[in-house]
Amino acid sequence: MLEIKDLHASINGKEILKGINLTVKTGEVHAIMGPNGSGKSTLSNVLVGHPAYEVTKGSVVFDGKDLLAMSPEDRSHEGLFLSFQYPVEIPGVSMVNFMRSAVNEQRKYKGLPALTASEFLKLMRQKREVVELDSKLANRSVNEGFSGGEKKRNEIFQMAMLEPKLSILDETDSGLDIDALRIVAEGVNKLKTPNTSCIVITHYQRLLDYIKPDIVHVLYKGKIVKTAGPELALELEEKGYDWIKKELGE
Amino acid sequence: MQLEPNKYVKELTQEKYKYGFTTDVHTEIIEKGLNEDVVRLISEKKGEPEWLLDFRLKAYRYWQTLEMPTWAHLTIPEIDYQAISYYADPTKKKDGPKSLDEVDPELLKTFNKLGIPLEEQLALSGMAVDAVMDSVSVKTTFKETLMEKGIIFCSISEAVREHPDLVKKYLGSVVGYRDNFFAALNSAVFSDGSFVYIPKGVRCPMELSTYFRINAANTGQFERTLIVADDDSYVSYLEGCTAPMRDENQLHAAIVEIVVMDRAEVKYSTVQNWYPGDAEGKGGVYNFVTKRGNCKGRDSKLSWTQVETGSAITWKYPSCILSGDNSTAEFYSVAVTNNFQQADTGTKMIHLGKNTRSTIVSKGISAGRSQNSYRGLVRVSEKADNARNYSQCDSLLLGSHCGAHTFPYMDIHNETAVVEHEATTSKISEDQLFYCNQRGIPTEDAVGLIVNGYAKEVLNKLPMEFAVEAQKLLSVSLEGSVG
Repeated sequence: MLEIKDLHASINGKEILKGINLTVKTGEVHAIMGPNGSGKSTLSNVLVGHPAYEVTKGSVVFDGKDLLAMSPEDRSHEGLFLSFQYPVEIPGVSMVNFMRSAVNEQRKYKGLPALTASEFLKLMRQKREVVELDSKLANRSVNEGFSGGEKKRNEIFQMAMLEPKLSILDETDSGLDIDALRIVAEGVNKLKTPNTSCIVITHYQRLLDYIKPDIVHVLYKGKIVKTAGPELALELEEKGYDWIKKELGE
Repeated sequence: MQLEPNKYVKELTQEKYKYGFTTDVHTEIIEKGLNEDVVRLISEKKGEPEWLLDFRLKAYRYWQTLEMPTWAHLTIPEIDYQAISYYADPTKKKDGPKSLDEVDPELLKTFNKLGIPLEEQLALSGMAVDAVMDSVSVKTTFKETLMEKGIIFCSISEAVREHPDLVKKYLGSVVGYRDNFFAALNSAVFSDGSFVYIPKGVRCPMELSTYFRINAANTGQFERTLIVADDDSYVSYLEGCTAPMRDENQLHAAIVEIVVMDRAEVKYSTVQNWYPGDAEGKGGVYNFVTKRGNCKGRDSKLSWTQVETGSAITWKYPSCILSGDNSTAEFYSVAVTNNFQQADTGTKMIHLGKNTRSTIVSKGISAGRSQNSYRGLVRVSEKADNARNYSQCDSLLLGSHCGAHTFPYMDIHNETAVVEHEATTSKISEDQLFYCNQRGIPTEDAVGLIVNGYAKEVLNKLPMEFAVEAQKLLSVSLEGSVG
């Protein structure tokens, strides 16, 4: 599904990613953990093609295609989805219009006809239930005036609408209380199929209690320094990141 | 943010100003320059009565004493008024006289291409059109159908011939020739525009619309429109305009006057899409317009809605005088400027009657290196007890080389007035665009989505068919503005 080789990337001339190697197979859930400033968000931004980041070296193959050669919207059309850490507000643009454009752009890319208004609204009703998003939110402007929890639920709702092959959840647990965390995590689990993969980026173990990873990586100073099974997350929760630093001889 | 040069963007670029073609038709153009003889010649060509020639001459003499106003936030290159031709008639065939109903097929073709079919059987349902090219009305549709209800809808030249008493009574009654520099110029040399009279108690059964087209080079268009809605009547009127792409600037100086009597209502909508000039700021129409309505009657209502996307320079303040007690006025505006366009636009709400209410909603969108100003005046006179005004002026910036300015003036002489003013300035952020990109929406479409969302409140005021056109127009006008 995703194969990252020796990926280097920088922002404003400062190198953040210093040679990432990562392979995600179809159906797998990977967790990427690490202390602040280790490059977790940079990695997700680079994968979805944020223009502020420059890839200086390396390759990323997504579903057999050169991901780095694609525009951000084509990466989306190909099935890559990012649940943003800080979803932005877009005043004046209703969720309905926004999602309708997004869904129909994807259909256009795949050579499918646009959905009619009634087909689209029906789809929206079905998918809303996945994250218990009430109809009022769906009629408001994109993220405008949403609480932190509502914004994250809205991200997962959009994920449900777009049915990506690979979803990246960037600190989806930050700022969520325990109920919102459960709803969001259950939403992600409901959307999981044997044909989709997921990368969960998080500081803490608690999200991983709900979304069970197959493989856990530790990202530190722009490199993946440790890879193991789910037990690694528990170990990190218990000991913090200092023992990793010690292991690395710092 | 760097744009991917994809197919879609290319399509948009090519589509950018699709009305830029010229029509090859024999046009009778009088010699360039302006003097009393030219004013007399125009009047003579139109076969006007003495009183109208007098009106023109007075206006011309007054205009000569004036200088071009400089108070607007605009940089206007010097205009040589002697280098312009003041009358161009594309309907005059070279070979001899022709019947009145016969319209040159070339002209019909032109309006068809603009989406304005002039054959009644092909016309949009429920819309009557007066088509004006350069200085002359080419054809007015559904005239007879409307006449059955007593509604007069024709060119102003025809109204002068057929309904002189009405024209004499109302022409210049709302915008006098001494009003301002461009009003004086227009009053001296005005050519065609439309005349509308809705009799007492009649609700106009279709939308009335005038489509203005400038075709000939080096000519000015001096539109004059007069709308009178008698007691208890209603009319919705639409105005559209386009011009060919030319390297020289073209002048359009119009006057629109509206009179609204007791309990009558007039809705006036404009989609202004004059050629804005090219991406380097070359060419484009200078649009200097005086539009004003008088809510003369009790409980009368006037509503201006404008979508301004075209013109190199726009100088335009559709205004309302609320003379009748309990009268209501609205101004809803979206003004888009891109590249090197300049717009100084807004409104004046003059409250004279008691319990009068006005609403102003102005949405400015600036991109490229353009300058976009809102200028508005709210005046409440001593006798206007319980007047209310609500103004909202929003500015949206795309990029960092454009300017948005707001000049609200308030002049309140009555303690019972309630006047509110709100203003916001916002910018489309890269984060918003990237968020859309990540969901599969290309940048150009994302801008369109955000801009249309921002302007929704105004677009909703337009009649249905126009609203859809206007939405597309907003997106196309801003093509290439995020870079």
